[in-house]
Amino acid sequence: MTVSSASKPASPSAAFPQENRLADRWEIEIRRRRLYTALTVFIIAGLTLASLVFANETNAGKFFDRLPYFFDFFGDLIPRDAMEPIRALFDLPSPYDNGSFKYDYPAGRHDFIGVFYIPEYFMAMLETLNIALLSTMIGFTFGFLFSFLASRNLVRSVWIRGAVRRLMEVLRAFPEIVIAGFFVAIMSLGPIPAIAAVAIHTIGALGKLFFETVENADMGPDEGLRASGASWVERVRFGIVPQVMPNFMSYTLLRLEINVRASTIIGAVGGGGIGELLRLSISRGHEAKTLAIVFLLFCTIVAVDQFSAWLRRRLIGEQNFGLA
Amino acid sequence: MTAIDYDAISERHEELLQANKWKRFAPLIMLVAIVFYSVYCWWFFAVGETLRRVDLSIAENYLADWISYEARPDFDIETDGAMQIVFPRFSPLGKDPKPDWIVIERGTMEREIGGGSQNSSAGSSAGSGLPATGFTGEGDQIGTTSQKRPATGFMGEGAQLGTTSGGGSETGEEAPTTETVNVVRSAQVSFGNAGEIDVTPKRVTVKRGGESVVLVIDVDRSVRPQSPLPDWAAQKYEDGKVTVRFGFDGRAEIEDDAVKIRRRFFGWENFLFDINSPYFGMSTGEVLNTIVRGERLDPSRSNLSLAWNNILYNASWQHLDVWIKLLQTIVMAFVGTLFASIVAFPLAFLAARNITRNRFANHLTKRFFDFQRSVDMFIWALFFTRAFGPGPLAGISAIFFTDTGTLGKLYSESLENIDGRQREGVRSVGATPTLVQRFGVLPQVLPVFASHALYFWESNTRSATIIGAVGAGGIGLKLWEAMRTNQDWENVAYMVLLILITVYVFDRISTALRVRLMRQN
Repeated sequence: MTVSSASKPASPSAAFPQENRLADRWEIEIRRRRLYTALTVFIIAGLTLASLVFANETNAGKFFDRLPYFFDFFGDLIPRDAMEPIRALFDLPSPYDNGSFKYDYPAGRHDFIGVFYIPEYFMAMLETLNIALLSTMIGFTFGFLFSFLASRNLVRSVWIRGAVRRLMEVLRAFPEIVIAGFFVAIMSLGPIPAIAAVAIHTIGALGKLFFETVENADMGPDEGLRASGASWVERVRFGIVPQVMPNFMSYTLLRLEINVRASTIIGAVGGGGIGELLRLSISRGHEAKTLAIVFLLFCTIVAVDQFSAWLRRRLIGEQNFGLA
Repeated sequence: MTAIDYDAISERHEELLQANKWKRFAPLIMLVAIVFYSVYCWWFFAVGETLRRVDLSIAENYLADWISYEARPDFDIETDGAMQIVFPRFSPLGKDPKPDWIVIERGTMEREIGGGSQNSSAGSSAGSGLPATGFTGEGDQIGTTSQKRPATGFMGEGAQLGTTSGGGSETGEEAPTTETVNVVRSAQVSFGNAGEIDVTPKRVTVKRGGESVVLVIDVDRSVRPQSPLPDWAAQKYEDGKVTVRFGFDGRAEIEDDAVKIRRRFFGWENFLFDINSPYFGMSTGEVLNTIVRGERLDPSRSNLSLAWNNILYNASWQHLDVWIKLLQTIVMAFVGTLFASIVAFPLAFLAARNITRNRFANHLTKRFFDFQRSVDMFIWALFFTRAFGPGPLAGISAIFFTDTGTLGKLYSESLENIDGRQREGVRSVGATPTLVQRFGVLPQVLPVFASHALYFWESNTRSATIIGAVGAGGIGLKLWEAMRTNQDWENVAYMVLLILITVYVFDRISTALRVRLMRQN
């Protein structure tokens, strides 16, 4: 009794400290948060500093020693006249030709019909594009087949699903360069190692995206087919594939963009194509050739990206149209 | 809808069902296109030609090298029947090994040195011994064994020839000098459960499973099987060398002047201590014992530091170097992505249409991002390798440049998709433009930004491997070099394993952080 009577008159004043406590609490929370943020920033800054020192120590040239020469390199890229990169790009004879590799543009011509020829870099670019396209196709085929075996709603057996998923994980994480190197060792330099490397990685990457799509598919059609006695293949073919195909195509096109870049890089480490030519011309200091290749590569990558974006928009659009 | 309804509709709106025809045939057309394209690629890349050239046994050997190693003793046989066992100089079994899977019966014999007949046979020994190119991809091996040969082989005799034939034409009549040498009379090489080979200077008996084959060697002339060869043995040319295979356990080549054993063992040889280390050949217990209470092997330092040093500088595995290169790769991905996200952050505000109301600035920044992305990471890597020299600085710069573009694009897109009401609310209470960004925009986008950055950090850890191969530092170059030799596939396996572990760990860290960020959001 006495307690309650004592607390009663005190309640307005007690409410005030409570409010204060809330504000204090807020202050403490804020302070703690700031401390955490500061700590995180501090740790990241420390790690970055250590990393930079380490990188600089183990680099062949030191950052501050090399910095003054940094733009020299871009200066070295200036050709002798504005027409030189164009001549290099289309394999036209150069007025500076002195028999060296630097100006021997017409030497790379691929004879076509009569006086027509395919310039060296266009041919190499075509090779790289073909590598990308073919390996995307291979990746799509296998990723497509694997994805149905890996999805929970179509395969009940944990073993099959697990095995296919683990396989795809390994294919995805395995360094591409090792696959390329291994195939180079057994079948010497050429485009096939590059195709194998890019395709194997693509199987893993697309397979993962595909089976996630399949798992999110609407199982209504599947149920209907099952009720009418369809086999597993028929259920997949008529119940799932029509739903997921637009998404599959969209992912494949995205992958194609990535693969154009990947096959360029793989080319530089022994797979042929434009990547190798670029690496050679940069390391030999052939400025006009380098500019020509970079320009060609830039245009191709932009073109492929734009084309794929346009096609994807159409596919998704069609899908929406179909649903409506 | 019944068939009658369908017919009715098709009568009224024929074009609706006509339009579907193209759609119905589209898969077929695509399939045909794909088949044609595949045929074209088969021709374009000369796939058939290349596949015909591939030797599958080489591929098998290389694959086996990932997880196993070979010991390669050779039995060299001279014309007079003197046989010696020779190990290559850098044999994984150490110097002067006495493996328990070779049982040797030794003896001495009198050998003539000098004399006409000896000289001529020594010459032919050189002729048939050197073109032993049967083992592809083992050039080094051949080099070391033929360098070894001088001790017992023709070169010593050749030198002898030089001095004795200086005397003139009576070399043949000159009394040949003799010496007593220690030779291998017979040897038994066991291939585990797979089989065994008995080697004597004249006869080689190979047993595998229940089958056995006897090969008679006429030194420097021929190798003759005494019975038809089973399918695990092969002789390409009559009287030429015979290759016998024991599956994974190894193979052997019986030539007319040597028996070359290639015995394969499972595992990574000398993973901790190389053959020059004082700890070489010790069991784990012995090593621990030596470290804890053994006498100092090297007076200048403790056994523990010696052991650690020997592991780090192991000549065949190069642990320290591999670890440094791996760390470089990790550092490249970390610093490159961090700097890219720091720089992309303000630029994204400039590029977002709803934040900066200046079409020109938006456009300029976005095209800049596109440029950085389209000039690929690989091209930047080549450029920066020229600028900074090979090493992680080039890799950091390459990742930084590419990802500034990619992250900038993603950041500006998420900025354009924010909820405008929060900003409005903050502005309505009279906040300055900076404060509007800080309290109206940042809380919405920061978790997304961090999540994107984490995702790229993780994916760059993977891609930093490959740009390393063009000289941008990190483990890529080391991997590439190890693969180029065609000898060190076990080192490749080791590095791949390290990379897979690293990628897995970083994948987990990044996923965990991203999930936490998203939950907070």
